[in-house]
Amino acid sequence: MRADLDIIQEWIKPGSHILDLGCGDGTLLDYLQRERDATGFGLEINPAHITTCMARGVAVIQQDLDKQGLGNFEDQTFDTVLMTQALQAVRRPDLVIEEMLRVGREGIVTFPNFGYWRLRWFLMRRGRMPESETLPYKWYNTPNIHLCTFKDFEALCRRRNIRILNRTVVDGEHRDRWLSRLWPNMLGQIAIYRITRQE
Amino acid sequence: MPDSFPPDSVGLVAPQKLHFDTPLTLACGQTLDRYELMVETYGTLNADASNAVLICHALSGHHHAAGYHTEDDRKPGWWDTCIGPGKPIDTNRFFVVSLNNLGGCHGSTGPNAINPESGRPFGPDFPVITVTDWVNSQARLADRLGIQTWAAVVGGSLGGMQALQWSMSYPDRLRHAVVIASTPRLTAQNIAFNEVARKAITSDPEFHGGRFYDHDAIPRRGLMLARMVGHITYLSDASMGEKFGRELRDQAYKFGFDAEFQVESYLRYQGERFSETFDANTYLLMTKALDYFDPAYEHDNQLAKAVAQAQCEFLVLSFSTDWRFTPARSEELVRALIAARRKASYAEIDAPWGHDAFLIPTPRYMDIFTTYMDRVAREVGA
Repeated sequence: MRADLDIIQEWIKPGSHILDLGCGDGTLLDYLQRERDATGFGLEINPAHITTCMARGVAVIQQDLDKQGLGNFEDQTFDTVLMTQALQAVRRPDLVIEEMLRVGREGIVTFPNFGYWRLRWFLMRRGRMPESETLPYKWYNTPNIHLCTFKDFEALCRRRNIRILNRTVVDGEHRDRWLSRLWPNMLGQIAIYRITRQE
Repeated sequence: MPDSFPPDSVGLVAPQKLHFDTPLTLACGQTLDRYELMVETYGTLNADASNAVLICHALSGHHHAAGYHTEDDRKPGWWDTCIGPGKPIDTNRFFVVSLNNLGGCHGSTGPNAINPESGRPFGPDFPVITVTDWVNSQARLADRLGIQTWAAVVGGSLGGMQALQWSMSYPDRLRHAVVIASTPRLTAQNIAFNEVARKAITSDPEFHGGRFYDHDAIPRRGLMLARMVGHITYLSDASMGEKFGRELRDQAYKFGFDAEFQVESYLRYQGERFSETFDANTYLLMTKALDYFDPAYEHDNQLAKAVAQAQCEFLVLSFSTDWRFTPARSEELVRALIAARRKASYAEIDAPWGHDAFLIPTPRYMDIFTTYMDRVAREVGA
């Protein structure tokens, strides 16, 4: 399993009711169902992913977050709402986060850090929009329309009274490195946040 | 199997008429003391009777869902695209049961059957049947066939309503409900179309208040109109445009009122053919069953409360151009299933054919249907 998913599953209490936004082929939900006795749904729009979810017995709903939002989910339906590597690709990340914490008690989001030193260096040296292994697109065709740094994300959380319960910063291979702990906004590539609205 | 049938066909099939004489109390308060159901089955029931799939038909459907009745049949059963060896409902793995519902006109007890009390056809005396009544009769059928739990109950349109009703009426008797191109209740517009169809039938002078059998008459014009209206709602603007456009039967306008446009003659043909094979009273009953279906009604109009009774898993499918039961209606059901924490999957399939798309084997539809049913089969060891 992908290393970030491995970190996430440790934060899921057994028997949790989960909503996975952009659940992909359902790997994580499938794992959580079997190993954590979890229930829940995945949202996905990729046809091949939807079929794979169905084949492995993951409940999947075809739904486009940008077009349909989460309006069809009632308040506080889920224990945890997950969104891995998609926050930067939605039209209004702030609203998505608000919605995640409306329908779920906790949210887990992962996203790439635009403050990572290599990206800063790329921009400074070449004066062009940064590209990297994690962000391998051109500025005009990237799905990542709302990139931010860890500091940006945390500032948003403060402004919206969202509490950060955990933060793990990892490198491109999702490994937890001491260097990225030392200076996360400069040295961390991907962050995994666990957030809540509750006190 | 004869060589003349395609290899993925169930081949020659024969319906059987099953007799039931335990009285069935209906939602309307009346009781059917005895009744008969026309049934077809495909495939083989396994030793622990776990591989049975029930097919529920839509408004004008019947028991003949797959295969051929004779070597010379031009057309196979109405859902042959989805039932057969290697098809989504794979008869190599499943034991498939398909019936003509009560009130039907294809051999099951309905308005054209003889009322034992009067010795004449029931006609308008046949009780109004609801989706719940059908499901209750289907449960009796399951008992008769030795099936305690269906691997899946599957249906499109009105058939999907039956699958949904099964999940609430007999939660422990099905593992999966597959609800295709359906809705948890009709809209005012849906009911309005049904009312036009009913009015067309009942205002035909040959209808004779539903006793046309006694007058050796058939309300052909009424049935034809009903079907023409209905048929329009089964297609999409785009698919009609694609099929007929503004094409004329002849070169030029005739400035008269005959069928000049291709679409006119098509509708007339469909209506006429239908009026020769379908019973007018059955049409009234079927449309009423559609109108009355509303499981939320008995639960403070909260669908989530109604579906909370269900224990099975759900597959809900809709089609992008279906304007009879739009994707939004399926999503209404999905929303309730999510709120009730039922396990459910949903997909909207891109298809240009409107409501009829549930009968047409588009690749994406077949892909999803096959994948889901394959998992159902694996689950029951079929």
